[in-house]
Amino acid sequence: MRHRSLLILTTAVTAGALTLSACGSRGDNKSGDGSNATVVIGLDAPTTGELSALGLGIRNSAQLAIDNANKAGEVKGVTFKLEALDDKALPNVGQQNTTKLAGDEDVLGIVGPLNSGVAQSMQQVSKQNNLTLISPANTTPDLTQGPDWRKDKRVRPFPTYFRTATTDEVQGAFDGQYAYEKLKTKKAYIIDDQKTYGVGLASSFKDQFTKLGGKIVGTEHVSPDDRDFKAVVSKVKSAKPDLVFYGGEYPASGPLSQQLKDGGVTVPLMGGDGMYSADYIKLNKKAQGDYASSVGKPVEELPSAKKFIADYKAAGFKEAYEAYGGSTYDATWALIQAVKAVVGDNDGKLPEDARKKVSEAMNKVTFDGVTGPVAFDKYGDTTNTMITAYQVDKGEWASRYSAPFKK
Amino acid sequence: MNELPQQLANGLILGAMYGLIAIGYTMVYGIVQLINFAHGEIFMVGGFGALSVYLALPTGTSLILALPIMLIGGIAVSVLVGVAAERFAYRPLRGAPRLAPLITAIGLSIALQQAIWKWYPGGNKARVFPQFKGHSFDILGATVQRGDLFVLIAAPACMIALGFFVSKTRSGRAMQATAQDRDTAKLMGINTDRIIVLAFAIGAAFAGVAAVAYGLRTGEVQFRMGFIMGLKAFTAAVLGGIGNIYGAMLGGVVLGVAESLATAYIEEIPGMQQFGGGAWKDVWAFVLLILVLLLRPQGLLGERVADRA
Repeated sequence: MRHRSLLILTTAVTAGALTLSACGSRGDNKSGDGSNATVVIGLDAPTTGELSALGLGIRNSAQLAIDNANKAGEVKGVTFKLEALDDKALPNVGQQNTTKLAGDEDVLGIVGPLNSGVAQSMQQVSKQNNLTLISPANTTPDLTQGPDWRKDKRVRPFPTYFRTATTDEVQGAFDGQYAYEKLKTKKAYIIDDQKTYGVGLASSFKDQFTKLGGKIVGTEHVSPDDRDFKAVVSKVKSAKPDLVFYGGEYPASGPLSQQLKDGGVTVPLMGGDGMYSADYIKLNKKAQGDYASSVGKPVEELPSAKKFIADYKAAGFKEAYEAYGGSTYDATWALIQAVKAVVGDNDGKLPEDARKKVSEAMNKVTFDGVTGPVAFDKYGDTTNTMITAYQVDKGEWASRYSAPFKK
Repeated sequence: MNELPQQLANGLILGAMYGLIAIGYTMVYGIVQLINFAHGEIFMVGGFGALSVYLALPTGTSLILALPIMLIGGIAVSVLVGVAAERFAYRPLRGAPRLAPLITAIGLSIALQQAIWKWYPGGNKARVFPQFKGHSFDILGATVQRGDLFVLIAAPACMIALGFFVSKTRSGRAMQATAQDRDTAKLMGINTDRIIVLAFAIGAAFAGVAAVAYGLRTGEVQFRMGFIMGLKAFTAAVLGGIGNIYGAMLGGVVLGVAESLATAYIEEIPGMQQFGGGAWKDVWAFVLLILVLLLRPQGLLGERVADRA
């Protein structure tokens, strides 16, 4: 039922938005009088479904940033409000959500989404509406650097898109380097789930690993909805790798890792930030020794994150902040800072074309965030390339090695 | 190392699961000519039923002791849902055009998925299913998990029991009669309504067994698991000859083995490298289905039926 009403609502809002844009700007700026304007920040993440552990952490962390900004009066005369929508990790739903949020004039930016594939469908809508989109978790390089980044023809396709997570190009390469230089593995077997994120990560891993002298003893592709990997496991076993690398997310890699070990593959499975979730360990009784990398430093180890962790606890959220809590807080805070800059430039009031001004101001935002210094380069990527490798130890992710990746 | 025994074992185990679910499609089709597309979800709720029973048991109960009770729980939930589906969703449409119950089945399938998603605690993501601890067994060069032994024992046992039931008991023979000609069977004094309910119940019970096997094998149950498994099992039923119970099991095993072998060996055929591996296994499974349907439209064990009407 919920879905149907959501669908009707989205359709209605889309139709409404189209009608409004056809009428042209009505100059109706109810938030212009400065005394107490409301700025809505949209949020798009999978808050239901398999990836909901990550998605709910994102929603809660954004809520926390907004509550803190309101409490501290970060932007004078502006009250922030979060409007959180569920994209179910589906590109088309993400697009509908963006359209819906774009229809509300008070929305000045969107935090999200989690999945790179979803971001691809949201970017165009966000650009058409001058609506800033900032993701705490997208890692596909194409999103900021265009499809030809591999040939080093980097062009920024969407001026309204930013992210606080570093790219797969950096992360996969970090993984490749870590596997070869620190773990001393020479033969890797690569599996990906054929999704935008998984394929990108696996290919950057492969590039770096082979560049350093490692050997790829086999590659496999699986379907992200599959849960029976026994046939693949048997192939991996006869290839005798030192390490299995998986480009994809935990709902599939949990069972995959377990079936690998059940099937007699004793080497660890390694993955990227899509695997770095507490649910990975819950779904996989043989996770011990597996690796995952994640962007940034572990939030728990950063002095700058102490306040975030304490605040999160105090706020009493039911769900953990998970892998992207810190980067979501920073992403939301970057939007708030951009709004602050825009309001500051306009005598303490929101300007008429606030959306455009906010997306321009985003390029100049700098502050010390939860995950470290936050700033964006000319592509909208974070300038922070810190990555951490984690290993499952006694049922928890233990951080093993952190470094900013340099080629 | 030779991969073949291992891949055959993988295929056999997967196929036995497909076969158990396929029985439900084939029995219902054989008797009321309805493709019960909600059967995949009946399988799924069985998994959640077994999980609920396990969670209700005192913690620390050994799985081998819990398994029979979980099996009963899984079967009970599946049968309950299957019979309720027949009573409330399909029976009112018995005289309606074929398309109506088919669409009802799809609607029911979505409804069941969403019900688990919404109301089962933690049902909106994968729930952990208990698994056997301890080492796997080596049988003829293949590694077989303890959990997989369950389906290797349960599937033949179920088939033997079903074969006996259908050919030797009164109700079984009544079922055969109903499948051959429902109206005549009714005239002969067979309570065909009861037989139809029985067909749904048996199919659902087998799905419940398959769900426990699936949980033990993958270590999780989730609200969407019935979709792909149901689709594959339906394929298996058609492959083996829909309406034939032995065909369903044979179709399941053929499909499972074909998938495993396709994953392992297609890419070794020169020029086919890009069509191999796990990503293409479903494609090859359906290529096999198309080939069988072209060469033997009635399926592997199906009988050529001139015209039912």
